[in-house]
Amino acid sequence: MGRIVLDKVKKTFGEVTVIPPLDLEIEDGEFVVFVGPSGCGKSTLLRLIAGLEDVSSGQIRIDGQDATNVAPAKRGLAMVFQSYALYPHMSVRKNIAFPLKMAKMEQAEIDRRVDSAASVLNLTPYLERRPGQLSGGQRQRVAIGRAIVREPAAFLFDEPLSNLDAALRVGMRLEISELHKRLATTMVYVTHDQVEAMTMADKIVVLQAGVIEQVGSPLTLYHTPRNKFVAGFIGSPRMNLLEGPEAQKRGAHTVGIRPEHITPSPTEGLWKGRVGVSEHLGSDTFFHVHLEGRDEPITVRAGGEVDMHHGDTIWLTPDESRMHRFDKAGLRIS
Amino acid sequence: MATQHSRSAARLMMAPAVILLLGWMLVPLVMTLWFSFREYLPLRGGDMGFVGLENYIRFVTSSAFWPSVQTTLVLVGGVLLITTIFGILLALLLDQPMWGQGIVRILVIAPFFVMPTVTALVWKNMFMDPVNGLFAHIWKFFGAQPVEWLSQWSLFSIIIIVAWQWLPFATLILLTAIQSLDSEQLEAAEMDGAPPLKRFAYIILPHLSRALTVVVLIQTIFLLSIFAEIFVTTQGSFGTRTLTYLIYQRVLESQNVGLGSAGGIYAVILANIVAIFLMRIVGKNLDA
Amino acid sequence: MARNVTPQRKAINTVIAWAAGLLIFFPILWTILTSFKTEAQAISSPPVFLFFDWTLENYAVVQERSNYMRFLWNSVIIAGGSTVLGVLIAIPAAWSMAFVPSRRTKDILMWMLSTKMLPAVGVLYPIYLICIELGILDSRAALVVVLMLINLPIIVWMLYTYFKEIPGEILEAARMDGASLKAEILYVLTPMAVPGIASTMLLNFILAWNEAFWTLNLTAAKAAPLTAFIASYSSPEGLFYAKLSAASTMAIAPILILGWFSQKQLVRGLTFGAVK
Repeated sequence: MGRIVLDKVKKTFGEVTVIPPLDLEIEDGEFVVFVGPSGCGKSTLLRLIAGLEDVSSGQIRIDGQDATNVAPAKRGLAMVFQSYALYPHMSVRKNIAFPLKMAKMEQAEIDRRVDSAASVLNLTPYLERRPGQLSGGQRQRVAIGRAIVREPAAFLFDEPLSNLDAALRVGMRLEISELHKRLATTMVYVTHDQVEAMTMADKIVVLQAGVIEQVGSPLTLYHTPRNKFVAGFIGSPRMNLLEGPEAQKRGAHTVGIRPEHITPSPTEGLWKGRVGVSEHLGSDTFFHVHLEGRDEPITVRAGGEVDMHHGDTIWLTPDESRMHRFDKAGLRIS
Repeated sequence: MATQHSRSAARLMMAPAVILLLGWMLVPLVMTLWFSFREYLPLRGGDMGFVGLENYIRFVTSSAFWPSVQTTLVLVGGVLLITTIFGILLALLLDQPMWGQGIVRILVIAPFFVMPTVTALVWKNMFMDPVNGLFAHIWKFFGAQPVEWLSQWSLFSIIIIVAWQWLPFATLILLTAIQSLDSEQLEAAEMDGAPPLKRFAYIILPHLSRALTVVVLIQTIFLLSIFAEIFVTTQGSFGTRTLTYLIYQRVLESQNVGLGSAGGIYAVILANIVAIFLMRIVGKNLDA
Repeated sequence: MARNVTPQRKAINTVIAWAAGLLIFFPILWTILTSFKTEAQAISSPPVFLFFDWTLENYAVVQERSNYMRFLWNSVIIAGGSTVLGVLIAIPAAWSMAFVPSRRTKDILMWMLSTKMLPAVGVLYPIYLICIELGILDSRAALVVVLMLINLPIIVWMLYTYFKEIPGEILEAARMDGASLKAEILYVLTPMAVPGIASTMLLNFILAWNEAFWTLNLTAAKAAPLTAFIASYSSPEGLFYAKLSAASTMAIAPILILGWFSQKQLVRGLTFGAVK
């Protein structure tokens, strides 16, 4: 079981309020991702759940029990750190066994659990090595192994993939997702990478300056961002935001349209512009288009290969049904 | 960045060290301060009451005071001069490519590990003895009259002994500092056409300035309390009585504790003046 | 950093550096050589350098007459005891400062350093008096405590700089894994910091071994370590060069060897991290 409830949790460091009172419910078995720009308080929030920091006020409940003042070790949570935080002087086997040893488990049971975790994570050949002799991906797996042997109520991940190179990151992303499917244990995952959030989460929590901007499934956030910040943060490339006459025409202060919801054409369309930078990826083509009377270019995605280049005239047609409207305060108008 | 629990644990674990050092600092210092205001002669009548600032005045007006200050300054200054100049030269030399660098380094550092009493005794007898010392033999070899080092040239001799002991310290720290100099900087200067002496003056010396300051300050603090070297060689005679040695004599030899304590307070004040500068440098480095 | 120089230049460097090195090392070398001479050869004129009848007699005489082993044992107990005691007190303190820093951590560190700068002579009489009152003058226990206290700031400081290099996340991981504070320090921090703790202990052992103010002033016959033993040779009647050299060699040999291992840590330890 791993249902975590944050009830008016607040965190201040001295005079500075990092997290104003915040409510959040994480259901048992859910994969929840905290995402936001750096400094938004997502790591602090995770450390509050872990018990590595005190809450200044409010309550944290784990499976209905008040855990606010419970020591980290007693909360039944396991954590995977950004730097993996492996014990460099211990072999992989001892690293994975450490939490069990601290729990004073019997040696036979420890061996059984370590061996089974190692085989799940493909670490069996490396059990007697030191962390220093492993690759980044293997270290990551040891850190996960150390977490799963405890059979915790929930896993906490603090940007676990940010130290890996791009190719490994995609692979580990899949492995963690598969692990979640198999264990069906609650996972709370912190990242600044919205692609990780979109691909892995059951539920995304978007944070900015310690405040929850929106909570929802990846596609809810994609289709109906609650405000301009979420609209801009979720989706890649970013949503185009336009103010002025185009917005007023549609009864809003700002309108947003995602690059993939604009159709480019060399001959006809709603808006006329000039191609600035064009990125030809083969599968997709991205154009940065300069419209007349607008400083910031508009990003447009076209599927496949499109034969338009720097300096060409281009016509754009947005899909009106996919247009997001925001009021002066930046909130969605539905 | 921690929990209330770990913060209170931290305070608890820091407590033994803090309390011990606080006691070590305060208890004797307060006692010294107390004695310094009293006429206290343990062997001649014991504690004879409060005398105000008399000890402080007597200490600085005694005929031994100013000579001891002068001796202290000459000793500290002389050792500093020798160790920094030769330290820089040696550090530059050791930084050059050569065969057997590791061994030379060890040879140069070795004096630092010799206990002060051994240093003093070896120099006093085997080198500076006017009859059997090695220097006497060398002087005689050149047909010169051997020098009575520790009576004729007493302070100079002690400066030589102490400088020999501290030269490795200066060399090692300056060498570390030189080695941390980015070699690209020197190469850039070479490309810009700076000859070796100019490279030394404009790049190496400024780079060394902080290490030099540290060497000077730390050595000053240790040199101000030089004791064993004088105790073993001249026992403070022939103009080698430093402030430290004078206080030691007042306290333990003539057992005039009140007077010696007043001197001790002067020494504490003097050391603190130097310490303030050192702490500033160390403190700046603490955040980095 | 390998700079390319001509072999001639390298040869010149080598000659000058070796000459300088040997000149500085010469007093030690001369002492060691003299310790193997007979008393007559030790003061022969002109002095003999290498071609003499090598003898071990002086070492035997020094041991026999002065009971060298007792002084050596006192030195080992005093230097070793004060180092171990100091490290045991310093590890928790350094842990606190490195991993749970507060606004006052820096002030406390600086204050600890400042106690190191207190001139010993300023507190000589009070310490002397306290030792008499407690009946521990001329005891090894008194010196263990006093030398531990004078070196404690350096020990805390050095351990602090070593602990700072250990990522805090690893200790947090241990905390998440259910380690108590004791287990965290014992099973995670200490094994990781072994090289740092070892070099700290080494340097402090050397400093305590060579300490020659308190060891001279707080001991007489019973607890005197090697520093005091050597100082007793300065009286004229004890003046035999070969024996003096043998005694000196025995007093410095152990520490010279340890010192060569610690030269890298020396800079960090003695400059309080101001020069790295």
